[in-house]
Amino acid sequence: MNYQFEFGWLVEYYPQIVKGIAITIQLIAVGAVAGIALGTVCAWVRALGPAWAKPVVAAYVELIRNTPFLIQLFFIFFGLPSLGLKLSELQAANIAMVVNLGAYSSEIIRAGIQATPKGQFEAGASLAMTPFETFRHVVLIPSLERIWPALSSQVVIVMLGSAVVSQIAAEDLTFAANFIQSRTFRAFEAYMVSTAVYLLLAILLRQVLGTVGWLIFPRRAAR
Amino acid sequence: MIEFTIWDILRNLLLATRWTILLSLVSFVGGGLVGLVLLFLRISKRKWLRALAKYYIELFQGTPLLMQLFIAFFGLGLFGIDVPAWLAAGLALILWSAAFLGEIWRGCVEAIAKGQWEASASLAMGRLQQMRYVILPQAMRIAVPPTVGFSVQVIKGTALTSIIGFVELSKAGTVVTNATFQPFTVYGLVALIYFALCWPLSKSSQILERKLNVAHRNH
Repeated sequence: MNYQFEFGWLVEYYPQIVKGIAITIQLIAVGAVAGIALGTVCAWVRALGPAWAKPVVAAYVELIRNTPFLIQLFFIFFGLPSLGLKLSELQAANIAMVVNLGAYSSEIIRAGIQATPKGQFEAGASLAMTPFETFRHVVLIPSLERIWPALSSQVVIVMLGSAVVSQIAAEDLTFAANFIQSRTFRAFEAYMVSTAVYLLLAILLRQVLGTVGWLIFPRRAAR
Repeated sequence: MIEFTIWDILRNLLLATRWTILLSLVSFVGGGLVGLVLLFLRISKRKWLRALAKYYIELFQGTPLLMQLFIAFFGLGLFGIDVPAWLAAGLALILWSAAFLGEIWRGCVEAIAKGQWEASASLAMGRLQQMRYVILPQAMRIAVPPTVGFSVQVIKGTALTSIIGFVELSKAGTVVTNATFQPFTVYGLVALIYFALCWPLSKSSQILERKLNVAHRNH
């Protein structure tokens, strides 16, 4: 192997890399917050919601979980404009992240809701709470606490999956790596560095989610 | 301009689906074999072997599959090997699936009660014999549903190989779109074909899981 490694380009191209990291972080921030919110609504519908809405949500969840993220992204970015819905790369990427995580997280959250003991619902009802209030105050938070580790892993998986958005020219970290690669022909180094950054981001994201869980679940904080 | 019927589009996509299926099978079987090695390393008595497997799994689960594909595609070239897309795709997918399967199976092996290890050890079985005759037969029962479930991830993972130029279902979708200018129809059909491949697997994983739970309750 006569290849000379050369990382000099890092100095020149670091603005691109930083911008790429920022966009990747932005994607997962929006994806995680809106995706988990959407997932919670869908989980509520599937576990406790009106009967007519259940098959609709089930179809959405199954469709998303059984197709590749890349195709979802292409469908949103290339397919939807023919229905008159034009989106920028970043909008399409954000929507795809939310729709994707929404489906996955709804299955995880639903498992948490269904593991709630029946007595909790009855206790809520006996305090004259409406079903919604019971869900909001009694059921939801312990359910989320139960499945938080699984949900955190899913968020990390979706963050790593976001590398694909570079394919519709959303300028994330992978886009930066591709850009550097095409300018310097230093493919191996560019991808090595960005892979290392992704690994760091994944470790960091796990820490952040752990902290968030520690903050929002009062029983755990009190322990 | 040539007009394309739905059938023209669908036929081309279905022809490309063969490659998606073949690549999925190769990755799944290859990943299973490497994953089995990882499993043995992960539960080895030697600390450094355990650490080795742990870091391997951490590395492959903590980085995007797309990056692994890029590194396999461009990295192997550094050794003077001319890497065709299918080789890089197969290699990266095998190593990636191995990390996940190894970790899934470790969980299953560790779910086996400790008494089983002790009982088989007291029968003077060696570690390999313990695994072969006592632990694995029981662990395999628990391992079936999550393993079938993971095969869905493998099929979806093959979509990424289109990015390094392997012509399978997703790549065919892009090519056909560029010829027909009907992205909505084409990507819709591509999604439906993936769904047709993955959904039966997802469903059977769920059904197997339910069956297994019933079996457990009767014990």
